[in-house]
Parts: sequence; C-alpha cells; structure tokens
Amino acid sequence: MAVLLLAEVTGGELQLDATAKAVTAAKALGEVTALCVGEHAKAAGEAAARIEGVAKVLVAEDAIYGHRLAEPTADLIVSLAGDYDHIAAPATTDAKNIMPRVAALLDVMVITDVVGVVDADTFDRPIYAGNAIQTVKSSDAKKVLTIRTSTFEAAGEGAGAPVSDVAAAGNPALSEWVSDTEAKSDRPELTSAGVIVSGGRGVGSEENFKLIEDLADKLGAAVGASRAAVDSGFAPNDWQVGQTGKVVAPELYIAVGISGAIQHLAGMKDSKVIVAINKDEEAPIFQVADYGLVADLFDAVPELVSKL
Amino acid sequence: MKVLVPVKRVIDYNVKVRVKADGTGVDLANVKMSMNPFDEIAVEEAIRLKEKGQATEIVAVSIGVKQAQETLRTALAMGADRAILIVAAEDIHDDIEPLAVAKILKAVVDEEQPGLVLCGKQAIDNDMNATGQMLSALLGWSQGTFASGLEIDGDMAEVTREVDGGLQTIKVKLPAIVSVDLRLNEPRYASLPNIMKAKKKQLDEKTPADYGVDTAPRLTVLKTAEPRERKAGVKVGSVDELIAKLKDEAGVL
Repeated sequence: MAVLLLAEVTGGELQLDATAKAVTAAKALGEVTALCVGEHAKAAGEAAARIEGVAKVLVAEDAIYGHRLAEPTADLIVSLAGDYDHIAAPATTDAKNIMPRVAALLDVMVITDVVGVVDADTFDRPIYAGNAIQTVKSSDAKKVLTIRTSTFEAAGEGAGAPVSDVAAAGNPALSEWVSDTEAKSDRPELTSAGVIVSGGRGVGSEENFKLIEDLADKLGAAVGASRAAVDSGFAPNDWQVGQTGKVVAPELYIAVGISGAIQHLAGMKDSKVIVAINKDEEAPIFQVADYGLVADLFDAVPELVSKL
Repeated sequence: MKVLVPVKRVIDYNVKVRVKADGTGVDLANVKMSMNPFDEIAVEEAIRLKEKGQATEIVAVSIGVKQAQETLRTALAMGADRAILIVAAEDIHDDIEPLAVAKILKAVVDEEQPGLVLCGKQAIDNDMNATGQMLSALLGWSQGTFASGLEIDGDMAEVTREVDGGLQTIKVKLPAIVSVDLRLNEPRYASLPNIMKAKKKQLDEKTPADYGVDTAPRLTVLKTAEPRERKAGVKVGSVDELIAKLKDEAGVL
C-alpha cells in the first residue's frame, strides 16, 4: 500500500507539526510519499524528508502553486494519484479546500477529519461537533482523507528520505490570488501550542481581550477564542476554537469567561488539562474542566498574571 | 444572474445530540430540525445580492427526506424565489453523502444554469465540509471556500476566505461555487407575511433518478459511538490554589 501525503507548506516553509502528525496517521496505511507544493517548496521538501516514516519526497515547484489555490493543486494531486491507494493531508484549511475537490475528480468519497485509523479501509471520524464518533468503511478503490492532527503524536526525526522533483500539472486558471492578511504574531501557533488561553463572551470587549493576551504571554501560550467572542467582534476568527474553528489538544487549556457550548467543547475537550475560570458556577465548561475557579475573570486573571 | 442555494435539513443547532444505544447512529426521532446554520448564511447572502441588483433569481435546492420541504419553505420565506426538493431518502437517519449530493447538484446546475452557487461550508450533522468543493470539481468551476466576504465584479467574484493564518482574498471566475463561513453576514428572520407568501411559491419535487444519479453510499457506517467522556474535576477556591494544583498535581506549569 502506498500513501501520498500532501505536506502543509505555507509561504515556502514546511509546517512541521501538522505534517509530522499526519505522517503518524499515514504510515499506518503504507509507505508514505510526502508531496510539497508551492512556488518555492525545495526547502520544505528537504525538511519533510527528515520526518521519520517519510519514505520519499516529491517537490512540485511552480509559480501557479504560489498561493495554494485549490484548482491547480487538486489537478496536480490527481495527476499523481495513479500510484497510490491513499491520498491524505493534515486537516488544515488548505487541505479542507483541496482534498474534497481531489476526491470528486477521482469519483471517490472524501473522509475528512480522521481521528483514528482502524485498517486500510476503515476510519473513525467525529460527527455532530464531536458528540459522536463514527466508524466508516470505504468501498472506494482510492481513499482520500484529511487527518485531524490534534489526535496524533508528531512523528520524530528520521534518517532522511530521497527528494525528487515532479512536473507541474496544468493550470486551469479559474482563480487568482489577490492578497493575504496574515495575523502576524510572536505567539505560538494555535494548533501546535503547548498552552492555550482562550476567552469567551464573558470577556466583554475587544479591549478586555488584552487580559487574555497578557495571561497568554505570561505563559508563552497561544490565544484562542470561543465562537461567541468571535461573533461579538472581540477576537479575530483565526483564533476561533471549536466545531467551526480550530481543533486543539494542548497540554494546558485555560478557558476564561467561556460558558462551554458543545460547539466550543468540540474543539478543545481533548486537551490534557483544562482550567475554567467563570463567575457562573453552573456554566457547562466546569463539567469538562479538571480545575474550575468560580470567580470574576477581571479579578482572577490579573491576579494570575501577577502571581505566575 | 441566477443564484442557486443548496440547503440541508439538520438537527437544530441547540439540540443535544444522543447516540442510539445500539450504536447504529444518532437519534433523530422527534428532534427539532432546522436549516443548517451555514446554509442560512448562504440564503441571506443570495438575498443581499438580489437586493443589490446583482442577482435576478434565487433558487433553493434541498436533497434529503420529504420533510426537507419545510427547510425550503424557510428559504422561500427568507426571500428565495422558488425551490426544488429532491427526495433521496425515506428514513430521516439516511444521510446522503456529499459526493452523491454534488452529482445531483451538478445535474440541477446543468438544467438551471446559475451564475453562482452559494452554499454553507459544512453541515453541522456530518461535519464533512465537502459538498461545495466536490460540486466545483464536477463542474470544472472555480471555488471560493470559507467566505467571509463576497463582492461580485462583472464576470469575476472577489472572495475573502477564512484560512488558518488569517484571511486570504482571491478572485474567482464566474460561474463559481462560493461556500460561506459564519462571519459573512447575519441571516434575517422571515416575517409572518413572508412566511404566508412562501407557501404559495413554486416548489418542485424530483428524485435522484430524474437526474440519473446513483446515491448508493461509498462509506458504510460500521458503528456510531459516544465520544470518550471527560469527567468534571475539582473546583478550587482561589488563584493561589489553582497555581498550586497546576504546579504540583498536574505538573503543567
């Protein structure tokens, strides 16, 4: 069995954490070939070659792949698909954009957000915001899947795998890139952070979110937010943790002023240690928290910052 | 420009989901059902395009059980002009896979020739996040997924997308598929007069066979299980106690 794994490459750089976690899931299926795609992807290819479990690396460098537009990248993957039984990727927004397109072009069903590999045809995936886990068996000749990285450990460093170039496929020229508004931050990336501090509606305003950021910076943590906080305009959407945002599983998750709607729990309940700070002692977040502090966040958070 | 909006009938956003004791699925009997929240946003966006004079007609489509006509009536009450229901299942527990849905929608698109398909980015039942992308592939159209902004400009649409690192803006050639994210707009409530008017709007009923599409699933559900339960821990009395627990007991500080 052979697996083609679309590595996560952003701006020419390999996103090692997401890719290495997907490798762990993929290597249970067969020999893993990592595909690095981009306007510049050679360095990413060299980095992917050093992930344990990667047997081969393919690099597709071309200007048409500069911004990971779905249509040319999907066409490239389809052009390579013949040699593989499985085509996988970490479940990032890029892969969620590309992989269903690949599956439809191959006339197979996509299996998204895989959290468990049972065998080569059978996978576990969450449904209903993680309120149920479904085990599905695919009857398709090829399996196209995205892997929820928060449930797999990152593969370690290996001895190095051979890297070769592949030719670009055609450019359907259906879309063009205009701009990226990247949230520049010195903080760790949400999906790979060891500690996350998240704020909810209880934080009350965009200005007050500074409290959450202060605590995060004190802990060297990433900042998250509930959908309610994002909807209220307190925090940008790329901080959103939950069913419709990011799924995280840090060592420590501190939920501040978050009531704990099921849609939020879906994104963080696999965290190792959960702390909840909320003044409403009935808040559902306390049902999943290892340590709950019933307190006004405007007192507790500054106190926490000063005492840590 | 005609706009096609696929809508799905799903368990209501606020209902607590229960896994059936025999592990065959989630219990949907006597549960409140509503339009998928992302699809509501798609319907709203289509209506706004019409109000701006950029859309001429809005056609809502639903694929599923017969009861999905309620979902279509909601879309009509919000402001869609007419609706097509494709009855593809008899049992409410039978979910039609995104690939089959995309194939049916492709046939509808071939017939209706819309200039834009606006759909939700994912349905909150199967959380698959696939139908829009699959439809786009089958049509050979461009795709603007996870949209939080949409501007139509001649034969192009500028789509602002919610991506992992922030926002990405792309231009897609029309006709295109745009899948919408939460922040695109806030859907309106249908007024009572509009709910009454919606009852008189055209709603055609079809079957997958009318479009020559086989909806046999590619994925067999072997079982559906409760997720691993997380137990509530302890309440601490003070910030000092919290810090002590995190340091000494949990060892995460």
